[in-house]
Amino acid sequence: MRSQVEGSQAVARAVTLCRPQVVAAYPISPQTHIVESLSDRVRTGELADCEYLLVESEFGAMSACIGASAAGVRSYTATSSQGLLFMAEALFNASGLGLPVVMTVANRAIGAPINIWNDHSDTMAMRDCGWVQLFAESNQRAVDLHLQAFRLAESLSVPVMVCMDGFVLTHAVEEVDLPTQDEVDAFLPRFLPQQQLDPEEPVTIGAMVGPEAFTEVKYLMHAKQLAALDEIPVIAAEFRSRFGRDSGGLVRPYRLEDAETVVVALGSVLGTIEDVVDEMRELGVAIGALGITCFRPWPAAEVRDALHRAARVVVVERAFAVGAGGIVGQNVRDATRGLPLVVHDVVAGLGGRAVTRASLHRLLEDVVADRLDPARLHFLDLDIALVERELTRARGGRRPGPHAESMLREIGTVASGAYD
Amino acid sequence: MTFQEIKLYQTGTFVVGNRLLDPQQRSVQARTGRSNSLTSGHRACQGCGEALGARYVLDAAMRATDGRLVAVNSTGCLEVFSTPYPESSWQLPWLHSLFGNGPAVASGVAAALRASGRDDIRVIGQAGDGGTVDIGFGTLSGMFERNDDVLFVCYDNEGYMNTGVQRSGATPPGAATNTTKVLGHHPGNAFGQGKSVPLIAMAHEIPYVATATVAELRDLEHKVEKAMTFRGARYLHVFVPCPLGWGAASADTIKLARLAKETGIFPVFEAEGGQVTEVSRIRRQVPVEDYLRPQRRYAHLFGDNPRPDVVARIQAGADRNIARFGLLPEGDA
Ligand SMILES: Cc1ncc(C[n+]2csc(CCOP(=O)(O)OP(=O)(O)O)c2C)c(N)n1
Ligand code: SF4
Ligand SMILES: [Mg+2]
Repeated sequence: MRSQVEGSQAVARAVTLCRPQVVAAYPISPQTHIVESLSDRVRTGELADCEYLLVESEFGAMSACIGASAAGVRSYTATSSQGLLFMAEALFNASGLGLPVVMTVANRAIGAPINIWNDHSDTMAMRDCGWVQLFAESNQRAVDLHLQAFRLAESLSVPVMVCMDGFVLTHAVEEVDLPTQDEVDAFLPRFLPQQQLDPEEPVTIGAMVGPEAFTEVKYLMHAKQLAALDEIPVIAAEFRSRFGRDSGGLVRPYRLEDAETVVVALGSVLGTIEDVVDEMRELGVAIGALGITCFRPWPAAEVRDALHRAARVVVVERAFAVGAGGIVGQNVRDATRGLPLVVHDVVAGLGGRAVTRASLHRLLEDVVADRLDPARLHFLDLDIALVERELTRARGGRRPGPHAESMLREIGTVASGAYD
Repeated sequence: MTFQEIKLYQTGTFVVGNRLLDPQQRSVQARTGRSNSLTSGHRACQGCGEALGARYVLDAAMRATDGRLVAVNSTGCLEVFSTPYPESSWQLPWLHSLFGNGPAVASGVAAALRASGRDDIRVIGQAGDGGTVDIGFGTLSGMFERNDDVLFVCYDNEGYMNTGVQRSGATPPGAATNTTKVLGHHPGNAFGQGKSVPLIAMAHEIPYVATATVAELRDLEHKVEKAMTFRGARYLHVFVPCPLGWGAASADTIKLARLAKETGIFPVFEAEGGQVTEVSRIRRQVPVEDYLRPQRRYAHLFGDNPRPDVVARIQAGADRNIARFGLLPEGDA
């Protein structure tokens, strides 16, 4: 059924249709609307036979999901940013134990400076925690990915996070086609846990493992993630046959046919990028885009295959490794090793800064004209003058004080509480 | 089969002769049908109070629930010595996740059982004092406050033993650990206000809170069985001497546990809904010195430079407990 609905409501409805039996919730913007909506749905009985736990922290939320999943029920939570980091230890634990928890991450920047707006610093910081990471470009895809996430998680007994851009998607009202309960039930079978705490057959879960077998246990985790690379396209194909939509999968090529320049990105920024690709195509530029839907496991073969004809690749990153460079870029470079192409890492849209068509046009024109130095990390729309003024000021005194405050003052946004 | 008639006091604290009792009166441990949830072969030190306490707690809980029990364990000695790869001493469904999240994991298990209509299966969470009073405290308080159907058991050996004996929030004043060594002007752990998680648990007004020691194992079993008659959050704080961490003889575990109670250092009581309902009175009050002397962690209070002032402060703490809980025999108080 098509309806105009806020992204968070659409996701809450999708999760409801997946019938989780334990939902553990803790508020953090911009994820909060999702767990608020799930609370309503449990209270009204729309989501039946579900225990909704109001935990004391995100660490508690993920821990409760671990317990619930080990006890054999489908479990779910959602978070963002600081909350995801607060869970960090439990994230590694859920994946190490092989528990198929599903979580929505409404992507948001990480402080300091504290910032509630969208980028990918949170999920990128947790990229190696052993969870599958699926990125949604639109609210329709966010809905579809949740159904596929439960299916994938439970078929391989691996935890899955669905990443959707905070505010940009979670708070956007758009038309979404929501499936019916019967359709979802047919697509997502009952949860049959691969391991379960059961007095009839007592097992020990979470035993200590030393050097004798730790490598082997970790190898199996890796093997399971690689198996997900096979499973994800199968699930996407079945989804397509049941729901009539392309959603999910590993990567999504856009006008790659003869593209010499390819923009690689994740999440909602792909919409803008595709518009720019269309506009540049009209001007005769051989350009395309590659959306990464599945970032972990990393679909190296598919990325290489999609990029093997390109001469230039521009990775638009919504996060970066401070002191090192691009994150997605490193992975792209690894996947395209030996191919005759250059990879540019461009950091864009940090902490909610809009990635505009105009800026992308300027960037891509520079790239196509080979004016961008691929050896350097590029920051889209960086206010160089502001940075230089602050560096000069900092050099001037022995105790220059906090950067963030003085830079805000510089640009006239006096610390007014508006950013709290 | 005939039974030797016994006096009532013989079935109390000092009882050893379970075999003399009518089978119905025997302790869970003395029954041939006990579940042996934490079975032999684990790697605990000789005389480990935690191993002893856990065995009694779990077997009593198994009996009370007719074997329908799941255990969640935080990181710590109990978890490590019971699951040396590839073996496990656990003969009940058992889950270890992390150091600081035992209570939240247990809440998740309980929620799952409830959601699937299996709340005949009960949940026990267990941790050391570090996992309970320090790093797991936030999740514990959340579990209490929501009144989740979990019995959480703290095995209090007064320090981070698994990592090699460091100070925890439950380490008593004066005690030497590897982070409160006998160095400088104030040897041993500093005097603070202390932290009584049983009292904090009571402040949550949960249905049942109790303390116990491994010196009175019938009492411990009784409290576990009683805890299982309640629904909602329950807390049991068990005093478990650690020969290794305390520098005490393995054979002295029970003796020290008894002295902790008989000095007033560790008050043994029960509470329901935030009100104390029962206290185990002291049989014959003993000066704290008798408890401190056999332990190397207090050796610096006695040797060449004795610190009677510190011993007096510890005695004052015990006296405060005695007054607060009314621990002296009736008539003496
Ligand atoms: C987050 C985290 N911090 C620290 C540790 C290291 N650690 C493991 S067990 C332990 C001490 C456990 O102390 P306690 O809970 O009192 O149990 P005990 O070993 O004394 O029975 C510590 C510090 C850890 N595993 N995880
Ligand atoms: S160190 Fe202490 S708590 Fe740990 S096994 Fe040895 S006696 Fe038991
Ligand atoms: Mg301890």
